[in-house]
Amino acid sequence: MAAKESIVGSPALRYEGEAKVLGYAKYIDDLHFPQMIHGATVRSKFPRGRITAIRYGEGIPWDEFTIVTWKDIPGENTIVHLLKDHPCLVQEIVNHPEEPIVLLAHPDKALLRKAVDAVTIEYEPLPAVFTIEESEAPDAPVIWNSEAGDSPNVFKTYLMEKGHVEDVWATADYIIEGEYSTGAQEQFYIENNGVIAEYSEQGVTVWGSMQCPYYLHHALQLAFGLPEQKCRVIQVETGGAFGGKEDYPSVIGCHAALLAMKSGRPVKMVYDRMEDMAATTKRHPSRTRHRTAVSKDGKLLGGEIEFAIDGGAYVTLSPVVLSRGTIHAAGPYNWPHLRIRAKAVATNCPPHGAFRGFGAPQSIFGLERHMDLIAKTVGITPEELRRRNFLQPGGTTATGQLIKDPIDLNGMLTRALEESGYHAKRAEFAKTNPTSPIKRGIGFATFMHGAGFTGSGERRLNSLVAIEVDDEGKPEILVSSTEFGQGTNTILCQVAAQTLHISYKDVRIAQPDTDRVPNSGPTVASRTAMIVGKLVEDASHNLLTCMRASGLLEETYTPEQFCHAALAYKQQHGELRATARYQAPDDIFWDDDKYHGDAYPAYAWAVYVAEVAVDTRTYMAEVKNFWALQEVGKVLNPVLAKGQVEGGVAQGIGYAIYEKCVWKDGVMANNQMTNYIMPTSADLPPIHVLFEEVPSIHGPFGAKGIGELPMDGPAPAILNAIEEATGVRFNHCPLLPEDIFDKLANPTLISADSSQLQPAVAGPVFSGTTP
Amino acid sequence: MNPKTQESEIAKPETASEKKPPAFGTYSSLSRRSFLTGLGATGIATASPAVAIASVADAPATPTGRGAQTVHFNINGKRQTVQLEPRVTLLDCLREVVQLTGTKKGCDHGQCGACTVLVNGRRINSCLSFAVMHEGDEITTIEGLGTPEAMHPMQAAFVEHDGYQCGYCTSGQIVSAVGMLKESWGPADKDVREAMSGNICRCGAYPNIVRAIQMVRSRVSQQGVNA
Repeated sequence: MAAKESIVGSPALRYEGEAKVLGYAKYIDDLHFPQMIHGATVRSKFPRGRITAIRYGEGIPWDEFTIVTWKDIPGENTIVHLLKDHPCLVQEIVNHPEEPIVLLAHPDKALLRKAVDAVTIEYEPLPAVFTIEESEAPDAPVIWNSEAGDSPNVFKTYLMEKGHVEDVWATADYIIEGEYSTGAQEQFYIENNGVIAEYSEQGVTVWGSMQCPYYLHHALQLAFGLPEQKCRVIQVETGGAFGGKEDYPSVIGCHAALLAMKSGRPVKMVYDRMEDMAATTKRHPSRTRHRTAVSKDGKLLGGEIEFAIDGGAYVTLSPVVLSRGTIHAAGPYNWPHLRIRAKAVATNCPPHGAFRGFGAPQSIFGLERHMDLIAKTVGITPEELRRRNFLQPGGTTATGQLIKDPIDLNGMLTRALEESGYHAKRAEFAKTNPTSPIKRGIGFATFMHGAGFTGSGERRLNSLVAIEVDDEGKPEILVSSTEFGQGTNTILCQVAAQTLHISYKDVRIAQPDTDRVPNSGPTVASRTAMIVGKLVEDASHNLLTCMRASGLLEETYTPEQFCHAALAYKQQHGELRATARYQAPDDIFWDDDKYHGDAYPAYAWAVYVAEVAVDTRTYMAEVKNFWALQEVGKVLNPVLAKGQVEGGVAQGIGYAIYEKCVWKDGVMANNQMTNYIMPTSADLPPIHVLFEEVPSIHGPFGAKGIGELPMDGPAPAILNAIEEATGVRFNHCPLLPEDIFDKLANPTLISADSSQLQPAVAGPVFSGTTP
Repeated sequence: MNPKTQESEIAKPETASEKKPPAFGTYSSLSRRSFLTGLGATGIATASPAVAIASVADAPATPTGRGAQTVHFNINGKRQTVQLEPRVTLLDCLREVVQLTGTKKGCDHGQCGACTVLVNGRRINSCLSFAVMHEGDEITTIEGLGTPEAMHPMQAAFVEHDGYQCGYCTSGQIVSAVGMLKESWGPADKDVREAMSGNICRCGAYPNIVRAIQMVRSRVSQQGVNA
């Protein structure tokens, strides 16, 4: 074998790196097609109402415009995700602000703008709701009532039970309650959503910035009533996504395609920043309520968790976001008895959608804040509480999944606390804080993140990958898995190169094009490295088997011999191609009805430590230092993996203390960067990234998923540290200076919060009310 | 539909642009007055280019748009003469008239830094600057820094240190970093972080960006590398 040094695990340079630094990489707005015109969207200015008239104002040469309404949709008026409740264009009832009603196309972008403003929609208003509380109120107007939902205004509910939680309350030494909430968060990919569509008798083609070409491919089939072979989707270089280009490209892609069909010309639709922020998806706002029975020595006896997310006006992906949030709500702890009730509710906000973490950051925030409250109440340290309750190999998760991998959460916690100097800093801050206006604190969160689709998801996806040898004898990976910065191209080529024993630079990966690449599933759910990577490894083995069976390749060979054998095979057989299809491991079982079983093939485990400083004169909280320790199976590329963690932590810090979506009747009021604040290079602390590796049998060379994990831990770790620093509990993120001011400057708010009571004062039963 | 043709046009947008009709000018009908009126509500972001006629050096074309002006500048070492309405931003001029799409539009409000270019060696947000203000200026974009065969040291450093993920802010980051080399900042990482805080990277590649810049800075100071 030629490749002696390991390619997997080495810092191979980013596959498309040169094109990106030279400015040669072509993103959607960099492309121009002959005869291409531009598309724009007329949106509702109203949260909920019945359309009574659409008027096209004066001063616009309307005969030059292509105008599309729901009547022009040849197939079903729906953007299909899980259900078909989400219309492609409003027919009669508007259900959220910024809902698309009319589409316009014209060659002149400036005139297009004017035309959008010249369309007036008249409504008969209908009552609307904007928060979880308003949606679930007994007298709430019914804004969503589908047979597919569980009850009015509720898209989906889950009930997850382990043991018999009702038995634990009577014997518990402490019953501890808490409520935690999180706000919406904008994905804020720097490249806005954009597509170019073309339509002809042969069918419809859409090029665009996206994560999941086959999602849009499916959406086009329904909206246009076309068979799959007449729909084609091509992903071009994508400038960030983070979940924000999982489901939304189905909307903008169908819109541009409708305009292309009616105008007979290619149509480009690229949103501007304010439109993208106001109209497209964000992270679901959430509320988590905990009621926990604890023994006096700090053992979790049982708990009830209520987890609720605000799904916005249509179902979109909310049931699956809720599912991941529900499963992660129990954290990496041993719960003898647990009941989780979860629901996704409808509001008249634009639909919330996928964002890195996908429900888990929300429920983990609640749990990890609650764990610190429990520790305080019982009178032990946050560290000791976790140590007494960590899941161990041989234990079972809240879904009843047996922990087979030799994980060592105690060891990880020890290492993370040592690396961060946690104990020394805690002691130091306790000494210095009383006399300093700047209060310093250190806190942490322990958590896990499941890799791959939840439950039976991977079985249903049934992913397929292929490897084909090109005319130069180089293998080319064919997958629908997309690159948008996370390193898909690079790590998949590394896996193939290592398996085929050839050089990394000799492996190619095709631009995802549904006419060419098989469906290897969507690029979501921390599944690409583990699930698709494993399939690339399998397909590589199949390719070698095929070449060896033909007698053209020996057991051992050089890269040159591989190339010659591949070309010889092609000459004899016309093509050289191998595939691999997902096969669910035999020992993975999941019950969708009871929500019981092996929720994920594997989990990544992590301990994140945050050091903060809160200035009590400006009420500004800052993260001064950050440690991220995670066990990820196998690091495929140390530089890229570290980059994923640093980037996720940066977004997590934003989620914790900077990024607030301000809502006004369902409208995002701060839809620009001047008042929606993201961390810049000057705002971020040093981020110390530490890996541990316990190889998993489910991923290539032992790798598990890593993309979403780093989004889960920062917010609770930071708010735990802020409580350490200030002595005041904050249970909502994002936590901005004005929120800190509200509580610190108003002592009655602090004393009104029973959670400030010391355990000795609170008595054994911390709170008696039923959630 | 001919997929083959489409693909090759994607790969070579310059080929496609040759066949492009003079669409912008044909339909540009906004007066300066109506443009300024529109500014109140949504700001400069609404100004998409009303380009009269695009032309490259030595081939000046007839202006057809209202109020179009002739502007001469030097872009990446090449003399350019273009006819533009005064409201066309430098960013739109670069991307849509001169066909240099390496400079990106992230927010169009001067908030993200993706559109950073050098004007006479100084870094600016090209979305906040009208092209007609740059008569006689030397403009450098990402395309003017280096080539695959001869990358600028900053481009090479970004590759070496993985100073990017999705790549969309990268042109702006690199051009901005080249601009800051000539400014008087302190030597520490925190100075670089402050100097680069106008360039947002949502992927959070900041630590690697700082590393790449510091490597180039140390080489510039130690070996006098011309960057």
